[in-house]
Amino acid sequence: MVERKILLGNEAIAHGLLEAGCSMATSYPGTPASEIMATLIQLKKHHGVPCHLEWSVNEKVAVETALANSYAGRRSAAAMKQVGLNVAADPVMSAAYTGVKGGFLLIVADDPGPHSSQTEQDTRQFAMFAKLPVLDPALPSQAREWIASAYTLSEHYEIPVILRPTTRVCHARQDMAVRAFCTDVVQPVFEKDPGRWAATPKFRYRLHQQLNEKLEKISRDALWQPRLLNADALREATEPQAIKPFDKVLVTSGAVCAHAVEILRALNLWDRVPIYQVPMPYPLSEDFCSELLEAASEILVLEETQPVIEGQIRDRKKVRGRWSGHVPKEGELLPEIVENILRRFLNLSPAAPSPPPAPGRRPTLCAGCGHRAAFFAIRKVFPKGIYASDIGCYTLGLNLGAVDTVLCMGASISQAAGFYHAYRDAGQESRHVVATIGDSTFYHAGVPALINAVTQGCRFPVIILDNGTTAMTGHQPTPAAGVTADGTKVPAVSLEALAKACGVNHVSVGDPYDVTGFMELLQAAKAHCQDSENGGMAVVIARRPCLMEHSRHEGRKPRPQQPIVTEKCEGCGFCLKFFECPALIFHGENQAVTIDDNLCAGCGVCVEVCPHKAIVKPSADA
Amino acid sequence: MQQQQIAVSGLGGQGVLFVTKLLAEAALRKDLSVLVSETHGMAQRGGHVIGHLKVFTYDAHTAPCTTDALISSPLTSPLIRPGCADVLLALHQESLETHGYLLRPDGQVFCHRSPPKAPGDIDAVGLAKKLGNAVAANMVLLGYAVAQGALFCSIEDLTAVLAQTAGTRAALSLKALEAGAQAASEARMD
Repeated sequence: MVERKILLGNEAIAHGLLEAGCSMATSYPGTPASEIMATLIQLKKHHGVPCHLEWSVNEKVAVETALANSYAGRRSAAAMKQVGLNVAADPVMSAAYTGVKGGFLLIVADDPGPHSSQTEQDTRQFAMFAKLPVLDPALPSQAREWIASAYTLSEHYEIPVILRPTTRVCHARQDMAVRAFCTDVVQPVFEKDPGRWAATPKFRYRLHQQLNEKLEKISRDALWQPRLLNADALREATEPQAIKPFDKVLVTSGAVCAHAVEILRALNLWDRVPIYQVPMPYPLSEDFCSELLEAASEILVLEETQPVIEGQIRDRKKVRGRWSGHVPKEGELLPEIVENILRRFLNLSPAAPSPPPAPGRRPTLCAGCGHRAAFFAIRKVFPKGIYASDIGCYTLGLNLGAVDTVLCMGASISQAAGFYHAYRDAGQESRHVVATIGDSTFYHAGVPALINAVTQGCRFPVIILDNGTTAMTGHQPTPAAGVTADGTKVPAVSLEALAKACGVNHVSVGDPYDVTGFMELLQAAKAHCQDSENGGMAVVIARRPCLMEHSRHEGRKPRPQQPIVTEKCEGCGFCLKFFECPALIFHGENQAVTIDDNLCAGCGVCVEVCPHKAIVKPSADA
Repeated sequence: MQQQQIAVSGLGGQGVLFVTKLLAEAALRKDLSVLVSETHGMAQRGGHVIGHLKVFTYDAHTAPCTTDALISSPLTSPLIRPGCADVLLALHQESLETHGYLLRPDGQVFCHRSPPKAPGDIDAVGLAKKLGNAVAANMVLLGYAVAQGALFCSIEDLTAVLAQTAGTRAALSLKALEAGAQAASEARMD
């Protein structure tokens, strides 16, 4: 009997890569893509497959590294989330022109919804922009199955191929058969060809022509044509044409296809409404589009998030989708939304309305998180400041009023610089601007921004919130860890040394749990920024290891004793508003706050936060 | 054909994903197929977490080419539609308001509430604390639901999976599961 296992979509993708003989995979963590690399690391550890794996410093570096392996004739992959693709856009656009030798898979996880991303951008649209074929699997098992054929596609046409799973594929689990990994090592062979690998603009024009020719052929590739899932639905159509004449038809791709199939079955329409899955939304076959337009009277396109397939079916009269207003223009196409779109399209009565889900709790920093203490100190020392921040757990500092802007990785420092210039040029030098950025984010894209701020004569403090890991995405190691993805020891890159090498003369490190001491460091940094003689940029590193990361490695240690709320507490609410620790429970004004002993990490920062000294440390003998 | 849709709801840190995973593994042991979807990322930082689980009979052995799962599998979406869940396991009473809409009209709810108020309620945290760790409340609630025969699997199925997967915390989880089952039999006697 075939052994089966339940795999997360991202785990299934990792299996698919190793089954297909991938010899190098690179990634930068980001939800919903992170578990691809995490799984590869585990699989390599247990099965010893010959594959170089790395958490790269950012997505651009990840793509460039894996691409070289592919230039040398070996199968490679670079994995990231959709906004990571923006960081990698430069090498990706160019790689479409140079093409590849060994198969190159760019795995970009999209996040319709968006559940944990700044944008709902559709990587299929990016693929069209870059002129690269893109595959849109509907299920975890499908994502895995397609990888080997995707490598064949990539190698046959010598072109990078994008695999684009969405959150509902990445983070769905499904049972599937266990298979062996490919352990054949392809020796690297890099054939010099400067006209291609180092092409100057004149050659690039020719490469563009070749790319267009490849795309034309790929759009006709038999393996990746749209496929009719329910042949029985066309049983009654008898014309001997490639696509038989029919009334209403569904064209779907990605996870929406999986929802639509299930709903058609539930509505007993499986044998009556033809449904096509489009495995490769770009380049979409011209023949398919024209035959479909010929045969069907109405075509409903269900896809996430942007009208990529809809846009390629150029005759607008028969097509229903986002442009025609039949499908919402934004947001995840949840099954209940798909059901109602289908019902309207098929002239059925609408489903019974379900009560809207109650508003959720807002996410918050963990009890005992060092970031919370750092934000509290920052607001004390820089009241009414402009707080430019960045992407990571610490974005949740916005609950504390300590985060005013969040744009994209590394932007905290460049945006703080922009605010600094704006206010200085307007003669308002006294307005404080403070940048906060996590350690991993600083390595990723903060370094060039810091160099720029220094060389543009900016004077503001950058607080690096250093919890020693990439916490939000599942605790991947940063360059300061001194170990690679598989635990091999490598040189560590020190944040302090890096900040100094960027040209910052004032660099200090402190523990935000020590609120008083940390506020002194912030005061000193503030003084340095304001010193008209020798001042300049300042970097303060708030160093406190992530509690979750710590307990992962060291096991749960006995917690320090939790603080005690004394009778002095009058329920003023200050600690809730400005500290928002989930372990502090507010019972209404004039009522003493209590501490949830399950949540309290015993950090004791609330003792220093309370303006009435109503919370005290437990006595030593207690 | 056997088929069950189960929603597991709670707050970040309550072990929603572990319950979902345990049930999925139990289904696999019974040779059932599974589709699971879960919340990741930001929502886990103290916000609401939901696990969707669908278990069903589907001969995956005769159809190992999983590309065709889309065509031949009875269920294909990893998400439960509103009003389609057979069972809702709520680790927090707020979860009823947040995810109650998933339940079908005659579906069954099991909810941690202290003190218990409605049928299906159990003070899971209270019982778990008695065992030494409030974190095991998820297992108490699960044991309670399983022992009432509401789920596709038995307490033995779950124990077998736990014995293999839970590692160092298996002992506590097992005790909590049994405490939940015990509470269910006491509830029946009342």
